[in-house]
Amino acid sequence: MPTNVDIPALGESVTEAVLIKWLKKEGDFVNAQESLCELETDKANVDLPAPASGVLRRVKEEGDTVHIGDTVARIDENANAAAPAPTPARSKEAVVRTPPPPSKEPVVDAAKEPSGSVKPEDLSPAVRRVVTEKKLDPAKIPGTGPGGRILKDDAVKASQGNGANSDDHETDDHEVEVSPALPTKPAMVKAPAVQSKSPAVEKMSFDADGTKRVPMTKIRKRIAENLVRAQQTAAILTTFNEVDLTEIIELRNRFKQRFQDVHGVSLGFMSFFCRAVVLALREFPRVNASLEGDTIIFHDYVHLGIAVSTDRGLAVPVMRNAHRCSFAQVESEIKRLANSTRDGHLSLEELTGGTFTITNGGVFGSLLSTPIINPPQAAILGMHTIQKRAMVLNDKVEIRSMMYIALSYDHRLIDGKESVSFLARVKEFLESPARLMLEI
Amino acid sequence: MSESNDYDLVVIGAGPGGYVAAIRAAQLGLRVACIEKESSLGGTCLNWGCIPSKALLDSSELYHQARTSFARHGIKADVSLDLPAMMARKDQVVASLTRGVASLFKKNKIESVIGTAKIVDARTLVVTNASGERALKTQRILIATGSDVVRLPNIPVDGVDIITSTEAIALKEVPRKLIVIGGGAIGLELGSVWKRLGAEVVVIEFLDRIMSLMDGEMTALLQRALEKQGITFKLKTAALSVEKVGGQLKLTWKSDDETGEELADKILVAVGRKPYTDKLGLQDAGVALDKRGFVIADAHYATNVPGIWAIGDVIGGAMLAHKAEEEGVAVAELMAGRAGHVNYHAVPSVVYTHPELAGVGSTEEQLKDKGVDYRVGKFPFAANGRAKCMDAAEGQVKILADAQTDRVLGMHILGPRASDLIAEGAVAIELAASSEDLARSVHAHPTLPEAIKEAAMAVEKRAIHF
Repeated sequence: MPTNVDIPALGESVTEAVLIKWLKKEGDFVNAQESLCELETDKANVDLPAPASGVLRRVKEEGDTVHIGDTVARIDENANAAAPAPTPARSKEAVVRTPPPPSKEPVVDAAKEPSGSVKPEDLSPAVRRVVTEKKLDPAKIPGTGPGGRILKDDAVKASQGNGANSDDHETDDHEVEVSPALPTKPAMVKAPAVQSKSPAVEKMSFDADGTKRVPMTKIRKRIAENLVRAQQTAAILTTFNEVDLTEIIELRNRFKQRFQDVHGVSLGFMSFFCRAVVLALREFPRVNASLEGDTIIFHDYVHLGIAVSTDRGLAVPVMRNAHRCSFAQVESEIKRLANSTRDGHLSLEELTGGTFTITNGGVFGSLLSTPIINPPQAAILGMHTIQKRAMVLNDKVEIRSMMYIALSYDHRLIDGKESVSFLARVKEFLESPARLMLEI
Repeated sequence: MSESNDYDLVVIGAGPGGYVAAIRAAQLGLRVACIEKESSLGGTCLNWGCIPSKALLDSSELYHQARTSFARHGIKADVSLDLPAMMARKDQVVASLTRGVASLFKKNKIESVIGTAKIVDARTLVVTNASGERALKTQRILIATGSDVVRLPNIPVDGVDIITSTEAIALKEVPRKLIVIGGGAIGLELGSVWKRLGAEVVVIEFLDRIMSLMDGEMTALLQRALEKQGITFKLKTAALSVEKVGGQLKLTWKSDDETGEELADKILVAVGRKPYTDKLGLQDAGVALDKRGFVIADAHYATNVPGIWAIGDVIGGAMLAHKAEEEGVAVAELMAGRAGHVNYHAVPSVVYTHPELAGVGSTEEQLKDKGVDYRVGKFPFAANGRAKCMDAAEGQVKILADAQTDRVLGMHILGPRASDLIAEGAVAIELAASSEDLARSVHAHPTLPEAIKEAAMAVEKRAIHF
């Protein structure tokens, strides 16, 4: 009995992936844990390991869109032997536990015989037409007609619901239950989702009319959909303030070397911002909450998303339990996450579960921006470039190092007073770093 | 002489419901007796209804065509009517079919008992006939006593000039003028018979349309077709009273605020049928009837008395022979511990006029009432090759399909052989077919059913021949 290679849970709100590359050929003998293929999600690329050793029988093709629970291949462990194979769920290497199939998954039944067991003449003429045009497998279409007959409507619904069989339909209807017991040995993440593989501008070859048309990749489309959806479901507003970072800069200058010597990691701004955010979130818990339908979910912890830009694109790894991290821990964790992101070694667990995000456009010179929220989070803090500006202090003009900060928030959850007060509090913490230590 | 026998099932009534139930029960191994009060088997259908009327409809249509359409075929004929011969043929057809039921009973070892039945209790009946009384003991009783003509109190039937369908299929001469009270199937069919044979026919109908339960667009087309044949319709008209004047009848009618009079030689009262349960002893046996006199039966055809079932016209619903037959099969199967079922959504209705009108499934009015989103495909017989060859190109096929699933919800046919063609619609509905399934099934050419295929294509606006 061949072992199915099924798509595991891929992380929160990730319901589908594209099989972008087979790493093994049809008929190859593969060893358990060997990577079989590469899947691209809108968060990251993932390798899918073999759940068992045996001969590979590919089911899905490169370019196919796959959903949680889809069978992409089968491993025939008994090409010669007769012993039954263990099911993937019990294999030792739990890549990720396969969750129960989503309730709306229309046409997946890996146990059914492959097509060929339903003869065309057993189908009614309309069903034959639909099945041929949409390249469906009638053996997999649930029939609701008398005696279980496949009706035209059954075939039409199967062609719409099943993204695997239809190139043009990428529905988001599937609700995926992410297994709470996350794996200890995560699937290897190749690289952050690449926004597009378009080459640098100077290397582009343009058409005769001076344009170059590059179709959006499926993942780019998916990201685009998510962004638009975030905009449409949440009532996103942005409130601004400015922070006088002069004191933090002085602090840094004074203790940078010592910090490096003791902790082995450089003291940046992020640890200060992280601490300020964590303390402020404690006072404004709604800013750390998320909205699920009509339910507000409060969190007793802060998992802080840190937006990282790499030359391959943007990723937002999550620093878990930021509220418990010391300055050194924050800096080292952020460094580790940034490196993992650039190297393509992030696990899916590291990309999910955030309750609040900090994004820093300042490194690129951004003065002011309106960040977009990372659903299902309620808010995101944007840091920007630090500029020396003439400010008035005690009725005197002084040169201070200033940064504009922006808080984009979901107004369904957080109202104006809260968001402004939160941001003001962050500013207060940052402008007098002693407050961070004293938690006042 | 009285005997007492033990049966598994005694059926009261040998009409299409009763005799079919008896045969099915016998096939399933039950010991069956069937009681019939008339001397010939087959009930109303074989003796006074379906069969004799269709025999006369076919004969009269041939006569009519010989007189009016043969010339178009290049046939010169001098045609005259021999009504007694026509009636004799009708009687032969009836006789052969009723004898057929008797031989089916013999073949299936069903005891046929002639006499009037009375239910004593759920296990006992008494049959009375010229020979005396006989008690029958049984495990089960099936009431299939059918229906009788509804009479109008103000238009009393005398069986000579004011008649019912029973007399209308056996008139000795063609009336000069016939008034038909009732624009249902029986009135339209028998009115057509006598119109073709030379009578002047006026149809009086109380409602604002004929065949009120069928699709409105189609019944309007049928009425126009019949009017073109010379039948006059007075709709929204009530028959008030009748009196004999000279050698004729004078009918007084009322329509809205207008009243009037109409003279006729014969008046046919065809306003419907009511359940027949006379002398059955139902009250004593405790079998419940509803306020219109129908025996109350549940979804499994059981009455309120355990061991007594009922089917057919006597329980109401569509009073059609094929409905009774289906119920007969279903109840026999249920009695034998099997799953018997009738799909009431796939029971066709037919009017055997010319052109025939047939329908199965929902009408447009019913779909609109239920708020169902549907699409329509129509195809006229004027564009059908076979109909043109037959010189019968009047009418159309109309198919109603669900707008979302394309499932066939209703099929309505006005035209030649609609009664035969509607079977495709009934099967389509039973199999939950889509209109596309019909459109893509091969229909031989040139045939009338191609009009169904094209109407199915017309649902997607892609008919080829129109």
